[in-house]
Amino acid sequence: MSHDTAVGAPSAQASSSAATTPPRAATTAVRPSGGRAGAAAGTVWGRSAPIVAALLGIVAIWYVVSYVFLSESRRFLLPPPHQVLAETVGNTLVIAPMLAALVQTITVALIGLTIAVAIGMTWALVMSQWKLAEKILYPYAVILQTIPILALTPLIGIWMGYGPPARVVVCVIIAVFPMISNTLFGLQSATAAAHDLFTLQKATQRQRMTKLMLPAAIPSIFTGLRQSAGLAVIGAIVGDFFFQQGSQGIGGLLRTYTLRLNMEPLFLAIIFTALFGVVVFSIFAALDRFVVGRLFGVSTR
Amino acid sequence: MSTGTAAPKVTGPPPETTSSSDPATPTLAFRGVAKVFPTGTRALEDVSIDVRAGEFVSVVGPSGCGKSTLLRLAAGLDGATEGEVDVRASTTSFVFQEATLLEWRTARRNVELVGELAGVAAAERRRRAAEALELVGLAGFEDQHPRSLSGGMRMRVSIARALVAEPQLALFDEPFGALDEITRLKMQTELQRLFQLKGFAAMFITHSISEAVYLSSRVLVMSGRPGRIVDDIEVPWSYPRSPELRYEPEFGRIVGRLSHALEAHS
Repeated sequence: MSHDTAVGAPSAQASSSAATTPPRAATTAVRPSGGRAGAAAGTVWGRSAPIVAALLGIVAIWYVVSYVFLSESRRFLLPPPHQVLAETVGNTLVIAPMLAALVQTITVALIGLTIAVAIGMTWALVMSQWKLAEKILYPYAVILQTIPILALTPLIGIWMGYGPPARVVVCVIIAVFPMISNTLFGLQSATAAAHDLFTLQKATQRQRMTKLMLPAAIPSIFTGLRQSAGLAVIGAIVGDFFFQQGSQGIGGLLRTYTLRLNMEPLFLAIIFTALFGVVVFSIFAALDRFVVGRLFGVSTR
Repeated sequence: MSTGTAAPKVTGPPPETTSSSDPATPTLAFRGVAKVFPTGTRALEDVSIDVRAGEFVSVVGPSGCGKSTLLRLAAGLDGATEGEVDVRASTTSFVFQEATLLEWRTARRNVELVGELAGVAAAERRRRAAEALELVGLAGFEDQHPRSLSGGMRMRVSIARALVAEPQLALFDEPFGALDEITRLKMQTELQRLFQLKGFAAMFITHSISEAVYLSSRVLVMSGRPGRIVDDIEVPWSYPRSPELRYEPEFGRIVGRLSHALEAHS
């Protein structure tokens, strides 16, 4: 009997691995959350082709509206793309201040995002440590999220002046909530059994935080970062729009162009803000895929 | 969630001589234990169990009869309302229903976690983790993340993590419940081999009567809520046991007796 088992055990192991590996491999391709595996498939061209096609489509529709739907006298409402480019990119007097304004807004957005991330993560960490803190602090996070920012901005202007610091504050208020809620969700995502495991090993509170709760929160933190980054862009532009003192941001220019009916620069400014948003979102989405992929063993290429 | 006392840590392998080496003293003893939850639910009623070194004791019972509660009491994760739970093991390990692996750690680093929390030096815990993984048949899979392992392999990592601390008492909470039948049978053979090799005292919760009989030196039957021990059956065969044992008439007789006891008390 002894001999029988001694021979039986290793072969049972070997066939178990062999038998169970292939179906799992098939599942892995489907399972990773957030479609991370999907991004791994296909070349850069394969992924960007639909985006390029959509862009071309937009330009085509733009031309059709400009030339077919609008009579010549009303064409200023939507000047055709080549005209927008010629009168803006081709004109240093327009493009130079616009790029300077864009840099100004990017700076505000990045500072705002950094502060929002710091505040949001600290806020969530505190709430994850004390149930009472969560009960007290969470409603304020929700209030921050639900107050229409337009109701607050005039007040912020009165208190903080109309320069860049006020713009940063608006940016932080708009961007902070996803950081708070996603970080908190992530910190609380470790299972009860995993906590039991740490309890059984007599882990300290610090070990529980650094080796369980924080690593478990990383995917959610990156989700929050992606959302907050998008909102920081909006926040910076909204701030620009309201607070015009000091150097102008792109949002400030948007307002100026609108008031003066400078249609070509207005369209370029809109395109810039859109690009700005897309670029920020893409950077953080890529960062998310890369870091979370590395950490959780899902290959991203 | 907040159990943050910096308790003294076991840093080396457990000493050879402990109180449990005396066969007369049970490694784990329940004496007249009752458990009432704050909600008023009586989960356990007057439970007395002894588990000695080298014994493999399984507990079978209907769903919700308090089997898992029993294990949580033994692990010290929960306190008894009445009676006494006496654990005389320098190290106790717990194998959960799910593999409960940290998804961001490779198999090896999951096993290393135990040593990390106890402050074992990096080289030493790495060596022990490699050893434990080899023991459960996962040599070559050390650097895989849990996500790329099968259910059975994940459970093997979980068992390796439990064994790396060289426990004197190992508690299993339906570890194979989520596995398919074929994997499950293989894991039973594996666990039986590890039990024989390591000689820990084991308490094993399961829904499967044949699993209990195949693995155990004793099988306890619990009644429905509140859980009581209603039958206690010795399984006669010595270890190692052949998988063919499951087809012996005597095996069937024991399974039959347990089934009847379960039916009568659920």
